[in-house]
Amino acid sequence: MTATAMTVSPQDAAKYEEKEFGFWLYLMSDAVIFACLFATYLVMVGNTAGGPTGKELFSLERAAGETALLLFSSTTFGFAAVALSAGERSRVLLWLAVTFVLGAGFIFLEFGEFAGMIAQGAGPDRSGFLSAFFTLVGTHGLHVSIGLLWILVMIGQVVVKGLTVPVASRLMRLGLFWHFLDIIWVVIFSVVYLPGLL
Amino acid sequence: MEQELFGRLTIDSLPFYSAIAASGAAVTVLGALSVMAVITYFGAWRLVLFDWVSSIDHKKIGIMYVMVALVMLMRGFIDAAMMRSQQAIAYNNEGYLPPDHFDQIFSSHGTIMIFFMAMPFLSGLINLIMPQQIGSRDVAFPFMNSISLWLTTAGAGLVLVSLVIGKFSTAGWTGYPPYSGSQFTPGVGVDYWLWAVLVSGVGSTMSGINFLVTIIKCRAPGMTMFRLPLFTWTVFVTSILMIFAFPALTVACGALMLDRTFGFHFFTNEAGGNMMNYINLFWLWGHPEVYILILPAFGVFSEVVATFSQKRLFGYISLVLATMAIGILSFTVWLHHFFTMGSSARVNSFFGTMTTIIAVPTGVKVFDWLLTMYRGRIIFKPPMLYTLGFLVTFVIGGLSGVLLALPPIDYLMHNTTFLIAHFHNMIIPGVLFGYLAGYMFWFPKAFGFKLNEWWGAASFWCWIIGFYLAFMPLYVLGLLGMPRRMEHYEIAAWQPHLIIAAIGAFIIFLGIVCLGVQLAVSIRDRKQALDLTGDPWNGRTLEWATSSPAAPYNFAVLPQVQSIDAWWDMKARGVAYERPKQYEDIAIPKNTFIGAVIGGAGFVLGFAMVWWIWWLAILSLAVIFAAIVIRASDDDTDYVMPASEVKKIEDARFAQLAKAPKNEMADDPGFAGDPAPEPAT
Repeated sequence: MTATAMTVSPQDAAKYEEKEFGFWLYLMSDAVIFACLFATYLVMVGNTAGGPTGKELFSLERAAGETALLLFSSTTFGFAAVALSAGERSRVLLWLAVTFVLGAGFIFLEFGEFAGMIAQGAGPDRSGFLSAFFTLVGTHGLHVSIGLLWILVMIGQVVVKGLTVPVASRLMRLGLFWHFLDIIWVVIFSVVYLPGLL
Repeated sequence: MEQELFGRLTIDSLPFYSAIAASGAAVTVLGALSVMAVITYFGAWRLVLFDWVSSIDHKKIGIMYVMVALVMLMRGFIDAAMMRSQQAIAYNNEGYLPPDHFDQIFSSHGTIMIFFMAMPFLSGLINLIMPQQIGSRDVAFPFMNSISLWLTTAGAGLVLVSLVIGKFSTAGWTGYPPYSGSQFTPGVGVDYWLWAVLVSGVGSTMSGINFLVTIIKCRAPGMTMFRLPLFTWTVFVTSILMIFAFPALTVACGALMLDRTFGFHFFTNEAGGNMMNYINLFWLWGHPEVYILILPAFGVFSEVVATFSQKRLFGYISLVLATMAIGILSFTVWLHHFFTMGSSARVNSFFGTMTTIIAVPTGVKVFDWLLTMYRGRIIFKPPMLYTLGFLVTFVIGGLSGVLLALPPIDYLMHNTTFLIAHFHNMIIPGVLFGYLAGYMFWFPKAFGFKLNEWWGAASFWCWIIGFYLAFMPLYVLGLLGMPRRMEHYEIAAWQPHLIIAAIGAFIIFLGIVCLGVQLAVSIRDRKQALDLTGDPWNGRTLEWATSSPAAPYNFAVLPQVQSIDAWWDMKARGVAYERPKQYEDIAIPKNTFIGAVIGGAGFVLGFAMVWWIWWLAILSLAVIFAAIVIRASDDDTDYVMPASEVKKIEDARFAQLAKAPKNEMADDPGFAGDPAPEPAT
């Protein structure tokens, strides 16, 4: 399939534009959720109730690793988008798969971090600070997990349907979602991990 | 094993511990059963399921929303009547409601009236009218619209189920911690409240996105932003508020849910919780919510006042700007809900000042409506009566609001019935009268016949007289120092006022009865009140250009808009009922049950989380995920109505138009003389 095969009628083009605009609005709404969670975290960061602080719990190596995986996954998704506009189906599949592996690696590291903290008695029920931490970072992780499921569904759609116009439009929105999560992570890294460790 | 299967749900959760609770449950169950019996009696299951439940037509979704709202209005009113009667008799005795039950009643009254009466009523009117007003064939995302409807219904269902299985919250409609935390309020009541709010809140966020995209992307050719009818403008701002305010509610309630269910410490007394954070987050949503509710009602008033004064709306641009200003300012006043938190005087005076400023654009609107009526030919139909009642009553409520905006006065009046009187004085005339005016104004558009006007006027008089009797005494009681939410009291001076308030509630009850009678009489006499033209009030905006009820595609040919008051302008230019030369194929979205399945799974998810039935919660999440994937993999969601069928429907419409008696209001000599010039932008 080549790019020229993906011609769209004006009505359909308008439909896809509506969907993309609607998705942007959803992302803005989601951004407000994260804004509230960030504000809550900053209000509660000192409320350790005698429990461990961020300095004792966070590991810069792990946070850096998570960051690297997520940022690279954004890049590889970018490659998938390039392949999509070139209409090269197998390369789209390849880069989606790579993005999935990197994203799964991120979740694996984050899961390990959470499990380690809970094992040493620093779970979300320990203090207000840890409740806010687990909820903020966990909400981001939940989004990434949903993104991973979405990538799997899209791999399935590309395999079964090919790079049709609706599939391409969904891939574009998945891309918006994935890059949005990257931006949120950059803020998490700068608001949670860096000040916690410095 | 039993605990794994049923969580904390046991046979003791059924309400056999109290006669009043058991009869409430019985009414709920019998109500549901009798609805099913009626559907079975008329053999209408196919119709209900395949034409309505699975419908993603914005008009049918709108009607279903309003039906949910009217049912919940009755439930919320029963709560109100129980509170008023309890307080009328509970001087120096316990009355008939024990405290635990009384607390559930005021909590469910507020929750129902805000989340499950006002929100669905508003979404219903918007769905029904806004796409037709902008000359569109549907909302931007018809399927997501269906999800929103069924999630809202799922939330309402959770509140109703709490009557039968378990109890409802006793923490008020705002659910303040630490009282609402598991330490002080174990049990399922607060969890029911939380999940009802969370599930329906997701639906409201999606509605906001849907409406905003529709207004920005789906307008008819020539319908520029500054030609939008005012109702659509208010929907525009309300949608923005929905998108940006509801996330704060989701976070506040989600965090409280984590506290209660998983032992987190967001808002607890110990272990570093911070309960004021909840109250900030809650009102960061809560204050914009007030405007989410009232702006579309302002839009209804604007349409009604122009139509029934037979004049162009005065100050269109100033009304638009005032709406925008309210939208922005609504995010800057939330702290006035808790001046007594103990912020510094500087913080309190900032929010007090902003609160008085937000009254200014509302005042602008009141003057615009008054000047629209000035020298107009006013026709006193029921929607106009509600509008006039609103104008007078709302201003009184606004003045008491400006009083409460001053922090020193708020310290005195906080948590008294003065506050209750104030916000009911805003919400009943402002929101509810607006929605009822919209209901009577647009009913012919939805069903093709007009509502009985005598019973409509009767309902108005009962509502307004009842309102004054029920709430003016609460101002006095607040000044006498009566706190809100009192189950019984020992001060003799309060009782006469509370008895008057109870009489007022009874008159409001008569108003609700009149609404029911109006509907029944109108259905019986519908043949005499048919709306054959689609334009029963000599309307001004495009929703009156369609037939009543509108065809599935609304407009066979998209209208060309040349001015504000587009329909009035088309009538004045004599092009209103022009027959198009040819029709084209129209793509219409196919019905689907997936929206209802997602709503049903949302209900089960909420129920499972309330009772800690984890396997069921996971199962319902899996169902939601599967439903979304199935829908997202379906590229064949529309069917095409061929031009020949469009022609058949339109031919029938023009035959009906030819037969229609001339519009009673179009005979007015003022009709042709006011061609609605463009505003100076």
